[in-house]
Amino acid sequence: MSGSFPTAEAGASLDKSNDGLVLRCSGIWTLQGIPSLEHHLAQTPWPDSGQILFDASAITAMDTAGAWLLFRTMNRFETGKFTVSRQGFRAEHEALLHLIREQSIDISLLGTPSHGFLERAGRLTWFHLTQLLGILAFLGESTMALLRCVAQPSRIRWRAILYNMQLAGFDALPIVGLLAFLTGIVVSYQGAVQLSRYGANIFVADLVGLSMLREMAPLLTAIIVAGRSGSAYAAQIGTMKVTEEIDALRTIGVSPMELLVLPKMLAMIIALPLLTVYADMLGVLGGMIIAQTQLNVSFADFLDRFGDAIELKHFMVGMGKAPVFAAIIALVGCFQGFRVSGSADSVGEQTTLSVVQAIFLVIVVDALFSVIFSWLNI
Amino acid sequence: MTTDAPIIEIQQLHTRFGAAVVHENINLSVQRGEIFALIGSSGCGKSTLLREIIQLQQPASGSIKVFGREVWDMGENESLTMRRRVGVMFERGALFSALTVAENVGLPLHEHTGLSDGLINEIAAIKIALTGLPADAGKKYPAELSGGMRKRAALARAIALDPELLFLDEPTAGLDPLSASGLDELVRHLKKLLGLSIFLVTHDIDLLWRVADRVAVLGEGRVLGIGTMEELSKSDHPMVREYFYGPRGRAAWEQTWKQK
Repeated sequence: MSGSFPTAEAGASLDKSNDGLVLRCSGIWTLQGIPSLEHHLAQTPWPDSGQILFDASAITAMDTAGAWLLFRTMNRFETGKFTVSRQGFRAEHEALLHLIREQSIDISLLGTPSHGFLERAGRLTWFHLTQLLGILAFLGESTMALLRCVAQPSRIRWRAILYNMQLAGFDALPIVGLLAFLTGIVVSYQGAVQLSRYGANIFVADLVGLSMLREMAPLLTAIIVAGRSGSAYAAQIGTMKVTEEIDALRTIGVSPMELLVLPKMLAMIIALPLLTVYADMLGVLGGMIIAQTQLNVSFADFLDRFGDAIELKHFMVGMGKAPVFAAIIALVGCFQGFRVSGSADSVGEQTTLSVVQAIFLVIVVDALFSVIFSWLNI
Repeated sequence: MTTDAPIIEIQQLHTRFGAAVVHENINLSVQRGEIFALIGSSGCGKSTLLREIIQLQQPASGSIKVFGREVWDMGENESLTMRRRVGVMFERGALFSALTVAENVGLPLHEHTGLSDGLINEIAAIKIALTGLPADAGKKYPAELSGGMRKRAALARAIALDPELLFLDEPTAGLDPLSASGLDELVRHLKKLLGLSIFLVTHDIDLLWRVADRVAVLGEGRVLGIGTMEELSKSDHPMVREYFYGPRGRAAWEQTWKQK
């Protein structure tokens, strides 16, 4: 195949004659031929003024790229103190040059604008402020939609809610269970070393119970679900936005809030506490197994102590946080989905943002809860 | 390679999707320097045929030759060489959304030539200007462009490497009549100036009358008719007649005759 390309490169040599300079162009002035010539022309020292003759009789082939290079070179002389004349141009090459000459181009319009430090700082601040306002506005909008649905319960889409509960809740059971179990093992292990030093083996039940029920299980479950389902919400809604499905829904008279956001949010608020209970159980089970193998605390002793040490309020603290986390995850996921604008790139960007923001907010809110609970002595 | 050898040659091509037969014994050839159009009703396998020629989809059996070489029998290097010599404009543009228009056009140049960034930018700017886009379109992202501008930007990318053979999938679909006729002009102009061969798939009968040298009608998995528009308009195959003498076809036909 390469045989059909003329193998020679483009050339240009500068000669001096009685009337001035002669630039003899030769070879194939095409994309394949010109790379080294471009370099060569850029490095040639040109005189400041005089006469120059472009001799193109030895050019065997030319495409638009070659024509541009030739035109650019000529143009440089024409705008300087040169008299330019031409000779030996074939009709089709002349036509190409004419075509190029007709186009006005301005390279300065191409570059991506660069911003100074202040402008970037301003833009970033503005971005985060609008994000915050956007999430608040979105929260308000979805609350209004929820109120409308409560006032008119026939508008609630139960099928969608159940379907989303299966996706976000039931399908997440294996991964949440496994990770909670392993976390229980880790917590119990870490405690085992310290507790056995003081002969306080039985307090492993306090340690595992409190840390899993109050903190670990709700947080762990929320983080897994944010990664699993929050991102899926953002990607789904974002893609629907790109393909104008959201607009189509609006024109049919279906509120995207009611069809897409509320079912997800309600399903998440129901599913996440249930998942948290499940994570509580498997986490404690993991701790129990380590207590038996490492600290010789039997299952019966462990459960006996567990019943004494862990009050109902500790369980309720963990459970109380779960619906809040659920609302945050669904809200952020859907919000970022609606922020997608136009392109495939944007879907990826907003999906990433949804996970990062959801996990960030979940941890911030968890910290707030800790402060509030300690004030209230819970 | 002699210049009168066909630039695309398709023989006994068969394509199936599962049990559905899309192409059944298709034979056609495109000459160097001509504008060849493929038409037919929606779903008759036009775009599939295009995808098979540009190595995006493998046919069940048969031979497709581009530049005299079997397309589905090429090594990686040869296939790359072929891709440098053809340009493709997709129906919906397929511009890379993460890049500006100028970067989209410059991408093939960066990949396949050793030119400096400055020169690549200038060449990209020329291609953008050639397709009739305003100069400031180059720094915009595809999402910021209207449908017609996106088509032009896609065309600019397709001709970035000065291809010998250009594939256009529905070049005028979704354009207003004015932009569409602007695109007709552009296609003819490019063909004349750059010596392109053009293979286009279209529904636009106006475009066919204005630019196509030869046209093949695809239907029922076969080539129902092939020839110039005048020849085809005299065909007595019912599906071809339907295409030309349906209400829209007739209007385009009358308009063309009035102009002559």
